[in-house]
Amino acid sequence: MARYRLGEPRLAGRGGRPAVSERLTYSQAYRAGLAEEMTSNDLIFVLGTDILLRGGHFAQVFGLGDRFGADRIRDVPISEAAMVAAGVGAALGGMRPVVDLNFLDFAFGGMDELCNQAAKIHYMFGIPVPLVVRATNGIAFGGAQHNNVIESWFAEMPGMHVAVPSTAADTKGLIKSALRLDDPVLFLMHKALTGVRGEVGGPGDYIPFGLARIVREGGDATLIGYGATVRTCVAAAGQLAAEGVSAEVIDLRTLYPLDLETVAASLRKTGRAVMVDESPGYGGVSAEIAASLQEAAFDYLDGPVVRVHAPHSPVPQSRVLLEALLPGSGQVAAAARALIARG
Amino acid sequence: MSEAAAPAAEQAGVQPPSVQPSSVQPSSGQAPPPGVLRDWLEQMLVIRQFEAESVRLSLAGQIPGGIHSSAGQEGVAVGTAQALGPDDVVSGTHRSHHHALAKGLTPREVMAELFGKADGCAGGRGGSMHLVDAGRHFLGSNGIVGAGLGLAMGAALAMKMRSQPAVAVGYFGDGGANTGRVWEFINLAALWKLPLIAVCENNLYAVETHISHAMAGESVAARASGFGLPAEIVDGQDVLAVHAAVGQARSRALAGQGPSFIEAQTYRYEGHNVGDVQNYREKSEVAAWLESRDPIDLLRQRLAGQGELDEGGFAAATARAAGIVADAIAFAEASPWPDTASVNRAWPAAAAGRP
Repeated sequence: MARYRLGEPRLAGRGGRPAVSERLTYSQAYRAGLAEEMTSNDLIFVLGTDILLRGGHFAQVFGLGDRFGADRIRDVPISEAAMVAAGVGAALGGMRPVVDLNFLDFAFGGMDELCNQAAKIHYMFGIPVPLVVRATNGIAFGGAQHNNVIESWFAEMPGMHVAVPSTAADTKGLIKSALRLDDPVLFLMHKALTGVRGEVGGPGDYIPFGLARIVREGGDATLIGYGATVRTCVAAAGQLAAEGVSAEVIDLRTLYPLDLETVAASLRKTGRAVMVDESPGYGGVSAEIAASLQEAAFDYLDGPVVRVHAPHSPVPQSRVLLEALLPGSGQVAAAARALIARG
Repeated sequence: MSEAAAPAAEQAGVQPPSVQPSSVQPSSGQAPPPGVLRDWLEQMLVIRQFEAESVRLSLAGQIPGGIHSSAGQEGVAVGTAQALGPDDVVSGTHRSHHHALAKGLTPREVMAELFGKADGCAGGRGGSMHLVDAGRHFLGSNGIVGAGLGLAMGAALAMKMRSQPAVAVGYFGDGGANTGRVWEFINLAALWKLPLIAVCENNLYAVETHISHAMAGESVAARASGFGLPAEIVDGQDVLAVHAAVGQARSRALAGQGPSFIEAQTYRYEGHNVGDVQNYREKSEVAAWLESRDPIDLLRQRLAGQGELDEGGFAAATARAAGIVADAIAFAEASPWPDTASVNRAWPAAAAGRP
């Protein structure tokens, strides 16, 4: 089990519903969005390990067991293939399941059900599969087996949608949209963001898939991230601003569908792009963005699309090794400076 | 059995394995009337002919990618399907033409799908291992060993949560019985008392590997019984025995008593796939099953013994089956190719018939 701080203060009473205006944590925002949709749609239910009482390993559904009962907050044995298969089959049978894998790494145990069943059925059979699979992704403490960066595997799998929110507001708005999509969604919440607070939208606020967010406007360089690396980009932009460099920061929000147009439009404005992710680089999301951007906006580039990512390595546990592995804001700012120095 | 590994065919022997007594008594007074049994016989004849022609067309190149013939296993599919209601779900395996046809998919739409034509049951997006009919609640043949059972298990969960009076049948084989996922599915179904009927078509061979080389323990059904659900071995070549066992399982499921497990002992006459050289078994073994354990022949003998089917009647049924399959082939040949501009779009036709 990973040992980062959950940063998850209890709500005022188990099952208590947070007020809309409240600043929620990333994890609470997920819960709030899920609860709103579960209230309006009786077909939604959650399958996962240790969710009824404990509320999941990130307290992501804490209190919903009391509120919706054991039928809809449904504990399952540690059987990932059966969990995902139950979700796919139930979706085919007209339900709207949420399968909570807790860690994306645990998808390995249900990989066929995710990629060969859920993702294929709508195309082949013409039957929608309204399934949400929630998991945490991203690098945090916990070692190599709990921190695989594999979201690109799923984003490149036709038939699968992939959400990677970076804020509480996006988490709530995107999970609400995910629960109204007809296709399987992998909903990935970065572990390191679990306790990060922010304002969230109301019951009617849905954030569409395939719409990137301009976090900060700027004209000299475009910094692109998703999940935790959005914060890395924002920190880098702050460092650059102190030097008089104006960086635009874009949060992809969903990896599939990918809002390439918003990113390309920014690149046409700035001429410089730095893509930041926690992947080992090879074949990761940053590679896809770099390839797509040079196709979409080659004539506007003042230099190569630069990737800042982790080294090609499993993830270590030691704090100093982990810090050495993760792409930092200093690296991102340096990459932007180097691009600007090219002229 | 000696320590030295004997050839699979020797281990299997030319004698079909003895089928343990089933708790089901197919010859009880519940046997369907002769007219119904003649219909079942004709369904099995259609499947047998469909498979013979599928093999031929596959070797001729008209069916691309090969197929897995179910010839020899007709009794399992027909006996099961005849015990189900129209709202019951079936999910199949890579060897599923018989499951699809028995569930009511027309030979035309299945053959057209094998051809990859627009009128196929999946619009040419599926093929032999991805047959589907949402309206008839056939949730697909499946290219991945053991996976179809999981979809049926999930469908059974939906039925239970929605209080629907229906059951789901999930097929898998002796090969699937050696995947871990199958037992995850069985455990969950038993734990939650889902209206699932798990049907293991034990045809003795996972591709070329005889079950005696692959499986520890007494039997597939014995494994299943460890999960605390009714598990029995049924003679899969006896369509009435299969029908009775599935019927009892369905009654239990509809009564809220949860899932059942049926190991149907059966046999495939063709190789694993078209072109399989089959150096793993003797021709005499296949001949012995055909001679003494053929599901069509057994039903024919039963009807003939009751004076309900004569030579002429059987010949006429065989001819009708041949005509139905010939019509399906002509239909598939005449069907247009799918619109290539739609290649990256989901096939839309089944959405309206969602279960």
